[in-house]
Amino acid sequence: MDFWKNREKMAWVWGTLAGFLLLGIGAVQNDFSVIWKKAVMICMECIGIG
Amino acid sequence: MKRLRLTVQLLFTILSNGYLYGFLHGKIYQGNLKYACVPGLNCYSCPGAVASCPIGALQALLNRQGFRVPFGALGFFFVIGSLLGRFVCGWLCPFGLAQDLLHKIPVFRKRKRLPFHSVLKYGKYIALFFLVCIGSAFLFGGYAKVPAFCKYLCPSGTLFGAIPLLAANESLRGQIGGLFYWKLGILLLVILLSIKVYRPFCQYLCPLGAIYGFFNRFSLVQIHWKEEQCIACMACEKACPVALSRDEISRSPECIRCGRCVEVCPGNCLSWRPR
Repeated sequence: MDFWKNREKMAWVWGTLAGFLLLGIGAVQNDFSVIWKKAVMICMECIGIG
Repeated sequence: MKRLRLTVQLLFTILSNGYLYGFLHGKIYQGNLKYACVPGLNCYSCPGAVASCPIGALQALLNRQGFRVPFGALGFFFVIGSLLGRFVCGWLCPFGLAQDLLHKIPVFRKRKRLPFHSVLKYGKYIALFFLVCIGSAFLFGGYAKVPAFCKYLCPSGTLFGAIPLLAANESLRGQIGGLFYWKLGILLLVILLSIKVYRPFCQYLCPLGAIYGFFNRFSLVQIHWKEEQCIACMACEKACPVALSRDEISRSPECIRCGRCVEVCPGNCLSWRPR
């Protein structure tokens, strides 16, 4: 029972670690330059023109 | 607590939209900070935005040719969600702040929820699935990939991106068409509703809230309820701006962790505590 309680308590740690792992995979597949390229141009769709 | 939260919200909004040159010249920031996202809904086409919007980033990744899992955006959601959950909505989101301020306008009798709340609250999951995910990856725009949520729904983009940009940039003003008026109509509706109902966009439409809500149950930042000390005065339930019950506070995906329940609890049985 304690094992499950502790597991739930630690869920945020596993979530954060999984997040950093996913960020690393994202960096390898160039996700951040895709985001940057989109974010430095005026997004015509976002402002209701495109 | 109220004043502290407002101060944090204002500071975070100013910090994440601090590129003054953009407001003055109708341009946007193009530096390296835009490799990163801010935690809240903050349009990257806002002239002041110094970082990217997480929902915009997710859609940009889904808009790529072919299909690749958007690991970068998912990683960001896991890190911020696991640490803060919807604390982001209550304390760090610029569009949340805008709705909070609108709700303070002393007209109309205030309501916490819209009628049919139990059905309407699923609207944010529908927006996330159909507009952000399916819409961006496959559909709309004659089957070309477009950021469907930003294009057809996001009122934050209209308020923080379109209006200041169009005000300062004459060449963009000349291109206004039906889509702009559609988005302006949505923004006006959200503004009017926000005066009457507490944070209607966050409660019913925000896909970012839907994502962070998933992490509320186990995120590091929590509001703890010491059940054994509770005198059942219901002060927390009366104060909760989104009308949650005692046992839903903090753990419910609807809780934005504004902290009003902690503030009003006479027995100190609600407290901020890391998990």
